[in-house]
Amino acid sequence: MTLSATAEVEAPTGRFPRAENRCRVVSNDPVNAEYRLLVVDAPETGLTAYAGQFFHLLCPTTGSEQPFLRRPMSIYRIDRENGQLGFLYKVTGKGTRALMTLAPGDELNAMGPLGIGFDLPQGTQHVAMVARGVGLATLAPLAKLATSQGAKVTAILSARAPDLLMSRDELEAAGAEVIEVNDLDGNSKPEDVTDRLRAIHAETPIDFMATCGSNRLLGLTRDLCTEWDITGQVAVEAFMGCGLGMCYACVVPIRDADGNEEMKRVCYDGPVFNVNEVTTW
Amino acid sequence: MVDLSVTVGGVSMKNPIMPASGSIAEGMADIVDLGRLGAIVLKTITPDIRQGVKPPRVVEYTDATLFSIGIPSKGPDYLLNHTVPFFEKFGPPVIASISADTAEDFGKLAGYITDPRIAAIEANISCPNLRAHGRAFGMDPVAAAEVIAEMKANTKLPVWAKLTPNVGDIAEVARAVEGAGADAVITANAILGMAINAETMTPRLGNVVGGLTGPAVKPVILRMVNQCAEAVKIPVIGCGGIATGEDVVEYMLAGASAVQVGTTNFVHTAAMEQSIDWVTDYCTRKGIARVSDLTGALMLPGDQPSEQRGAVAL
Repeated sequence: MTLSATAEVEAPTGRFPRAENRCRVVSNDPVNAEYRLLVVDAPETGLTAYAGQFFHLLCPTTGSEQPFLRRPMSIYRIDRENGQLGFLYKVTGKGTRALMTLAPGDELNAMGPLGIGFDLPQGTQHVAMVARGVGLATLAPLAKLATSQGAKVTAILSARAPDLLMSRDELEAAGAEVIEVNDLDGNSKPEDVTDRLRAIHAETPIDFMATCGSNRLLGLTRDLCTEWDITGQVAVEAFMGCGLGMCYACVVPIRDADGNEEMKRVCYDGPVFNVNEVTTW
Repeated sequence: MVDLSVTVGGVSMKNPIMPASGSIAEGMADIVDLGRLGAIVLKTITPDIRQGVKPPRVVEYTDATLFSIGIPSKGPDYLLNHTVPFFEKFGPPVIASISADTAEDFGKLAGYITDPRIAAIEANISCPNLRAHGRAFGMDPVAAAEVIAEMKANTKLPVWAKLTPNVGDIAEVARAVEGAGADAVITANAILGMAINAETMTPRLGNVVGGLTGPAVKPVILRMVNQCAEAVKIPVIGCGGIATGEDVVEYMLAGASAVQVGTTNFVHTAAMEQSIDWVTDYCTRKGIARVSDLTGALMLPGDQPSEQRGAVAL
């Protein structure tokens, strides 16, 4: 029998306050044909969230939907001034169908903030964000964080069609320069996005990249980060059990510098990882 | 003032409520007051380092989950150097949980982790026995007893046997492990199940089969706890779909001396603490001085006194 040990240390706890936040729904309205924006008044603990973290939402039980597990939801808006959190979500299953029924004044039990978010180095000059689909929501708080640290932010938003693009206003309000691309116009292909990023980099060098929502965008982000020798981070999504690192349901293979893979928890070791560590977002 | 304390399988606890193995981790400490729990039961470890099974690992039902995780483990040194020091500081007794491929390895691992900071060792015998073509140790009374005997021979710590419900006669397995020296049985682990996606015509779990847990399994496991409690003299720890204090009381009435809360912790992190409060209120309301008086106090039809029903003297 081999009795062996690993040297690595688990992420320390107690770094952040966490709680089952009893939030009050302010609004829950469609933003386009696919996505809705849920805004809630959140207690202080909830407002300590930072870019890339998530909440584990207890979905309401409705006549036809009884989601047993909570649903992880990335944070779209952290508005400390007004004491509010915003979640941008696409209705895809029974959890999100149940969330859709929440009306102003209803209570939402939001456990969190959870996970390890983006780690933006002090002194970062120019952040490039590339996102698609739900990833557009996840990266929005990072733009706010980056501009507040004095960095320039360029965000490339990708979608199937122009009317499915979201977050432009949110990102521009945060001070980001926004470029929209979509499949119908034929300008969202990875090689086109790469060309654009090269041109932007030639003008104002990019020293940090973030991505979410597409494996192709993850691939081009990884390639450009390697080429420019800069840090790139990706927010990963997974179906979760507990959200607190207990159940090990949400694991993904994480690759270290030597190419060794270890299954790690998206909820507790992530959800933000280095682009070189993961194979899919 | 209700006395909530219980002594179960050589371990004294300030109340009968503890988490089931695998349902607490370091992250829980940020939300739950772990110091309030009767005991802290750690996730199962194996002698080797394991990554667990291929995802997807969980399927959700209305009030149950089907999990197949595969016991990811960082091994015994990590347990002793990281996990135990982390949880020991909260105060309640720390219970380790182990699994291995052979009865001998169960014994060696139990010996290796024997440590004053650990109050008891739980034997997770629901895992496959590599010497018996992958059949779970707990499905065979002889193999289950061998595991416990090997552990008892290698450690002075109390040994708790966590039984599998995937047997015809769970009482027989309970008697077998009692005979081998087990200090308590935990009834029970998860019910084997399977889930299929009709659209893709594929299994919903990476491992194809998994374990059903959550409130839906309560009636099945409650019955098994009752059967085990009638079959053995050692304490029975109830574990199956407990979500509320009322569930705790039901398990104790059925014969459990203590309980473990599992899947519910994944959804309602306050469930264990709320259950402690509920049981306290229940005992106060019923005039029950000691929570341990609830164990086996189920009144079967015909047993019920005509006066002062449930008020005192259970």
